[in-house]
Amino acid sequence: MKRLMLTATAVAVVAVAGEAMARDQIRIVGSSTVFPFSTAVAEQFGRAGKFKTPVVESTGTGGGFKLFCAGVGESHPDITNASRAIKKSEYEECVKNGVKDITEVKIGFDGIVVAESKGARQLDLKIEQIWLALAKEVPKDGKLVANPYRTWRDIDPSLPADKIEVLGPPPTSGTRDAFVELVMDVGCQKFPEIKALEAKAQRAACQTIREDGAYIDAGENDNLIVQKLKANPKAMGIFGYSFLDQNRDALIAHKINGVEPTYDNISSGKYAVSRSLYFYVKNAHAAVVPGIREFVAEFTSDKAMGPDGYLADKGLIALPDKMREEVRNRAANLEPLTM
Amino acid sequence: MNEVAIEVEAPKLARLLDATYRPTAEQAAALVRRRYARERALKLAGLTGLAIGVLALGLLLASIVPGVKAFVRHAIVLDIEFDAAVIDASGTRDPREMAKADYQELIYRALYRLFPEATGREARRELRSLVSVGAGDRLRDMVLADPSIVGSTQRVAVIAASNIDQVLKGSIDRTVPEESRVVKDRTLAVIDRLAEQGRITREWNKSFFLTGDSRHPELAGLYGALIGSAYLMLVTFLFSVPMGIAAAVYLEEFAPKNRVTDLIEININNLAAVPSIVFGLLGLAIFLNTFGLPRSSPIAGGLTLGLMTLPTVVVATRAALRSIPPSIREAALGIGASRVQAVLHHVLPLAMPGILTGTIIGMAQALGETAPLLMIGMNAFIVDVPRSPWDAAAALPVQIYIWADSPERQFAELTAGAIIVLLGFLIVMNGLAIYLRRRLERTW
Repeated sequence: MKRLMLTATAVAVVAVAGEAMARDQIRIVGSSTVFPFSTAVAEQFGRAGKFKTPVVESTGTGGGFKLFCAGVGESHPDITNASRAIKKSEYEECVKNGVKDITEVKIGFDGIVVAESKGARQLDLKIEQIWLALAKEVPKDGKLVANPYRTWRDIDPSLPADKIEVLGPPPTSGTRDAFVELVMDVGCQKFPEIKALEAKAQRAACQTIREDGAYIDAGENDNLIVQKLKANPKAMGIFGYSFLDQNRDALIAHKINGVEPTYDNISSGKYAVSRSLYFYVKNAHAAVVPGIREFVAEFTSDKAMGPDGYLADKGLIALPDKMREEVRNRAANLEPLTM
Repeated sequence: MNEVAIEVEAPKLARLLDATYRPTAEQAAALVRRRYARERALKLAGLTGLAIGVLALGLLLASIVPGVKAFVRHAIVLDIEFDAAVIDASGTRDPREMAKADYQELIYRALYRLFPEATGREARRELRSLVSVGAGDRLRDMVLADPSIVGSTQRVAVIAASNIDQVLKGSIDRTVPEESRVVKDRTLAVIDRLAEQGRITREWNKSFFLTGDSRHPELAGLYGALIGSAYLMLVTFLFSVPMGIAAAVYLEEFAPKNRVTDLIEININNLAAVPSIVFGLLGLAIFLNTFGLPRSSPIAGGLTLGLMTLPTVVVATRAALRSIPPSIREAALGIGASRVQAVLHHVLPLAMPGILTGTIIGMAQALGETAPLLMIGMNAFIVDVPRSPWDAAAALPVQIYIWADSPERQFAELTAGAIIVLLGFLIVMNGLAIYLRRRLERTW
């Protein structure tokens, strides 16, 4: 029996080795924020019937680059999604492993919203107020002290007297990276005490989020945050615009720096807390795995990522017309990224 | 410590040793009362435990009940004109050409005819958003099944879009103000008019059971995940059960009792308690990185789950073998059977019910496992239904995980529906275990 199993396993391994050489299905990994958009395009692409539907895996932006940059060959993914641009270190890792030509495709914007359950008063938060509410240490009387603020009113008398309770993404999430970059790093710059610090200490002071229970890691699942907000009307949540869009009847988003997170405001760049979304293509695979060029063409078509495209229905905020045209041309030629 | 204990016990002991000791009626009554009190306390503790269990089960069931909504969906009855110019422009009735036609357009035209007052671009867009983007597939299937309908007008129920379905099921609240509602007033008015005309029907959500995943909740199905799970279970079974039983038989019946076998035994028992995510990492390192099995495939997943199930099978099989009275073996050996014959002909068949129960429980555990599958890339959006264990596939619990994380509202319903299916699958497996045990059970 044992020998039989061993033989069977050996045969299986050999069979697989043969199979793996002939991949005819695009493999995509990467950001969970881009996942809903990437899958919508994959499905549409498969529906046309010429190619197999690509397999899209949600690994997070960082995890996606790790897999993507591991090498060229059919056991490595062809495309990775990212909710931020590739870092220099990631690019170098790619080149080191022989993944030399990568095409960057910007697909649109995503706003990060601070929202509360319906029924709450819409607030107008300033970025520095959010920073004061969430930073671990804040300046007081010229010194950095452990964050003393318990309620929003402690920060500013015009804000309600509700306890500071914010549900947000964990450190592994691309949404968290973007939130830190767009809110925490910006908010802290308003304080001379922080500006006076040397670069490294300044970074730490700006980016460290308090750990006394006022900020709650709610996991990668944005839906969970939405559910928790419905159950707890006093709590606020931080998540992507697409989730707000789908839950407008239950949630209300606060203004940030006087601007409401609407499609138009994010698209025009008025809303401060928005980021670009990308995907990256491994050029070396385009000639080997069938359908990569066609998939890129489908993704960058106006039917998909245009302002009236089906990705807009899923909550993606389209790029301005000119930029879209530019992205489309560069993507069609698979112009490699230089860094 | 000991002395104290003896001091307390001494009078009791003396009473016991004293044959003439008779408790007074009062003492006896107190003793009886104490005994009953203890019994009541024990019963109460048991009942409390049971009540908490029942409550938890009740809450679980109550929270997945909305899932039954996923089994039905709404459709809109439209008078579709099967326009030959759209379906078959060349007039050859070539099935390949007809399969590619734009059937969605036929549905949109029927809607425009029904609501001629909607002429603006925005109004027409709203009309189009009433039906699912996959609604045209039904028309295509009709045409391919019976090409003679081309050119005629037929009443066809086409699948409604997810948001419309949610309004009709009451999951989208119509009373909230328009600006914060996904479905606008104008669309609601259109839905109401369709309902008045009797054009809204409910139908059995076939695609939930017959198609793969989709980003459109009204089209998303569980079939790909079901097949994926079936392949997973097949691979897990083939990998872990023969090997597990063989290992257990060897350890229990043939292996010498020494330090090495003791060590192996301890290790197997410990392995059964290792967290499943660790097996996921092991699977990633061995099956994907070393052997190069395809990512997200049931073969890699099944082997990983097999590694996880193996210790459970070994432990269960050994326990079953140990429960067979030695007299069976001795009798077989006594009439001249070899040790292999004694084991294969007598001990193993008698141990079968125990082995099967253990195996099926191990398999049921593997069926519900998600963590190791995430490590080997089965947490993926996969539309195509796998045709072999080497194709990329999702599994039931992973599908639940993916749907639970999707922003579209209707996926909440689908998640609960998928949980019901998974629980059904588990009940069937456990039922099978009970049936086999009853059937094969032997008493001495």
